[in-house]
Amino acid sequence: MTTKDSNPPVDPDKETVEEVQAADVALDTAGGTLEPSLVPVSTQSGDTGHPQGSVLRRIVMGNGFVSLLAVFVALVLGGILIASTDPAVARTAGYFFARPSDFLSALWSAMTRSYVALFQGSVFNPRQGFSPLLETMTVATPLICAGLGVALAFRAGLFNIGAQGQIIISATLGAYAGFAWHLPLVLHLLVVIVMGVIGGAAWGAVVGLLKARTGAHEVIVTIMLNYVALFLLDFLLNTEAFRRPGDVSPISPRLDESAVYPQLIPGSRLHLGFLVAVALTAGVWWLLNRSTIGFEFRAVGANPAAARTAGVNVQTATILVMAMAGALAGFGGIAQVAGTEKVLTGGVAAQIGFDSITVALLGRSTPWGTFFAGLLFGAFRAGAVQMQIQTGTPIDIVLVVQSLIVLFIAAPPLIRSIFGLNPGRKKRAKAAAKAAVATGGAK
Amino acid sequence: MTTATKPAPVPAGPTTALRPSLKVPVSLGVLSLVALVFFGFLGPSKTAEMKVSEQGDAMELPAILIPGQGGGIALAILLLAMAAYSVYLWSKGERSPKWLPIAFAVVFVFALLVWIVAGAREPSISLAGLIAGSVTLAVPLVFGSLSGVLCERVGVVNIAIEGQLLGGAFTAALVATVTHNAYVGLLAAAAAGALVSMVLAVFSIKYLVNQIIVGVVLNVLVSGLTGFLFGTVMAPDKELFNTPARLDILPIPFLSDIPIIGPILFEQSVAGYLMYVAVAVVWVGLFKTRWGLRVRAVGEHPQAADTLGINVNATRFWNVTLGGAIAGIGGAIFTLVTIDSFTKEISGGRGFIALAALIFGRWNPIGAFLASLLFGFAYNLQSILGIIGTPVPSQFMAMLPYLVTIFAVAGLVGRSRPPAASGIPYVKG
Repeated sequence: MTTKDSNPPVDPDKETVEEVQAADVALDTAGGTLEPSLVPVSTQSGDTGHPQGSVLRRIVMGNGFVSLLAVFVALVLGGILIASTDPAVARTAGYFFARPSDFLSALWSAMTRSYVALFQGSVFNPRQGFSPLLETMTVATPLICAGLGVALAFRAGLFNIGAQGQIIISATLGAYAGFAWHLPLVLHLLVVIVMGVIGGAAWGAVVGLLKARTGAHEVIVTIMLNYVALFLLDFLLNTEAFRRPGDVSPISPRLDESAVYPQLIPGSRLHLGFLVAVALTAGVWWLLNRSTIGFEFRAVGANPAAARTAGVNVQTATILVMAMAGALAGFGGIAQVAGTEKVLTGGVAAQIGFDSITVALLGRSTPWGTFFAGLLFGAFRAGAVQMQIQTGTPIDIVLVVQSLIVLFIAAPPLIRSIFGLNPGRKKRAKAAAKAAVATGGAK
Repeated sequence: MTTATKPAPVPAGPTTALRPSLKVPVSLGVLSLVALVFFGFLGPSKTAEMKVSEQGDAMELPAILIPGQGGGIALAILLLAMAAYSVYLWSKGERSPKWLPIAFAVVFVFALLVWIVAGAREPSISLAGLIAGSVTLAVPLVFGSLSGVLCERVGVVNIAIEGQLLGGAFTAALVATVTHNAYVGLLAAAAAGALVSMVLAVFSIKYLVNQIIVGVVLNVLVSGLTGFLFGTVMAPDKELFNTPARLDILPIPFLSDIPIIGPILFEQSVAGYLMYVAVAVVWVGLFKTRWGLRVRAVGEHPQAADTLGINVNATRFWNVTLGGAIAGIGGAIFTLVTIDSFTKEISGGRGFIALAALIFGRWNPIGAFLASLLFGFAYNLQSILGIIGTPVPSQFMAMLPYLVTIFAVAGLVGRSRPPAASGIPYVKG
């Protein structure tokens, strides 16, 4: 506890943990004056200072700027990685001292070529215009939904690593309703959505229930439930009920036309699910910032003990927030089966559940931050396919860049020291503590 | 791993100050009744044959024959007796001894095995092969969970075991191929694991980033890095970069001929023997040496440790690094012993199973070792079941370790308590 640096002198012995934590609640719930914390203060480093400094400093030290720098550094590092395995770079490096310009141009072309292809595959290229952007939005839809689920749980102090399992369960139930039942036009899609959302919510609620009743750590339980869901899906796809008639491969029948999201723009895969994701983002924003229950979630996340004292039923809030997180991930599962893929396969969830964790972290667990982070990672995913085709750079580079971005964003002092923005060496420890709050304690 | 709940949640069930919890007696009772009904009364009528030795072994022993239903009932009665003993102890106000749940688990698993084998199309199984295979599959898990034990005991949650295993597997394959020496590969794997751990340590100790987040992100990073390098370096030229030298199996003469125990203990690769050494060293180190006392102090109460002059963050840094090196060796097993080359995602989630094993083993090296063996057994059983053909779908067997872990962390199989300061960064002040 280094709070005594920035607070009026208080006898450290008297300043109990509870008091500090109570201050954290005040911090986290101080209305719009502070950036919301990525993960509630009580689950962070155990260190809370108070934000100080000029407006300029807050811009330079602030979230947006550091996030931009983090993305930049991650892209440069990814570029170096691409260049280091590029044959042309290796060849020209052999006669670097004879003609350094060859090496530098090979380096530059290796670094930029892949990113240009990535951009052309995800945003704009002369041949197709902006239609890759539509593909990006399609790919981003489940990422946004599941990312919102992860972010919501983060705000209540819970690490929901289980979006993957929640997506799988919801996709399974939704798909079953989509191909096994035959209902009228609008009703069918609604039933599919409701089934999927219930599935995801139930899968999440189990975690909340175990956490609330027995104290089982949600990280472990969600990781384990991911595998359980995966094997359950594998089992179901090998049963008669889920397989295509007369087919032995584990793939479900196509969902009925009445059961899928309508296409938004002809010629693209973009479907109504994207607008649902936009609506969900707005909904989660309202829930967190304007509703009583959202306030309770944040209070529980900031300090469960204080929340309990203030009359919040922590157990109910834990179960509820996990159910909601599961439901949001469930929308992601529905976007996959009823939007993008239209069939259920073993790989229906792909890496979405894991990507959604990085999406929520990049979005700093705010709804709109998550939305744009989801779009960015959707662009990476969509563009990476084109990149691999055009330049042969493996898709895995996207994972590297994504994880580097999150690592750098989580450690603002590191980024600032790279760019020489750190305020004074002597106060390094203090600066780290301050940064933890200035950035919403992105720990 | 107490990141989110500072105050201990209210435990379910009746607990009074004097009486020990009823959880153990009740769960043992329920499980033994399940065994009686399913393995006993509803048990298969065929006789299970368990081969103890292979043909041509130095010591050939007759196979064990167990009638499906009778054996099931007998084993279930044994289980009931153990549950009754636990209830008896509870009524006297005593805790069940530690060995009781372990013995119960062993008998239960055996009863399950009899039930599965007797119900199979081909009611015959090689017990020796099953156990030896389980140990082989458990070796990476043991190394991974030891890494977790070292990290969590010192107060750093290590979700990155998966990344450390994967990094170790990749580096071992690459270095062992380039140098044509498997032992150099093994060392390189340890270095790679340590490197992953150092990133974890720097971010969580110096930059105070939440340890779970760093762990999750590191797993993605290592997965991406190894996948990228596999695609650009290894796959185009397999001969040059991905045909690692192998770690030979070194049987110890005579001892390796003992049925069942021989292949497990005395017919291993260097890494296999290293596993037993590592478990023993970590256990002795943690619980019998001054170093271990310091490590545990840092993990339980860093402030107190600091007051006594222990450098908390340095202790954490080096322990986490050591843990990573151990997990890296575990990763090398994949490419140097079990499979002969690296493929993407070769660790296939074993890091998370190792995490589960460490929790199931209650943050104790020996417990983690036993839990890893159990999970290795489940893995092996799953593949064998596919061959002999059983009524239980293999997917449900595959789920078993994960479900068991959920039960374990939920406290239904005894209490699991992590080191108090695990997951909480220490800021001197």
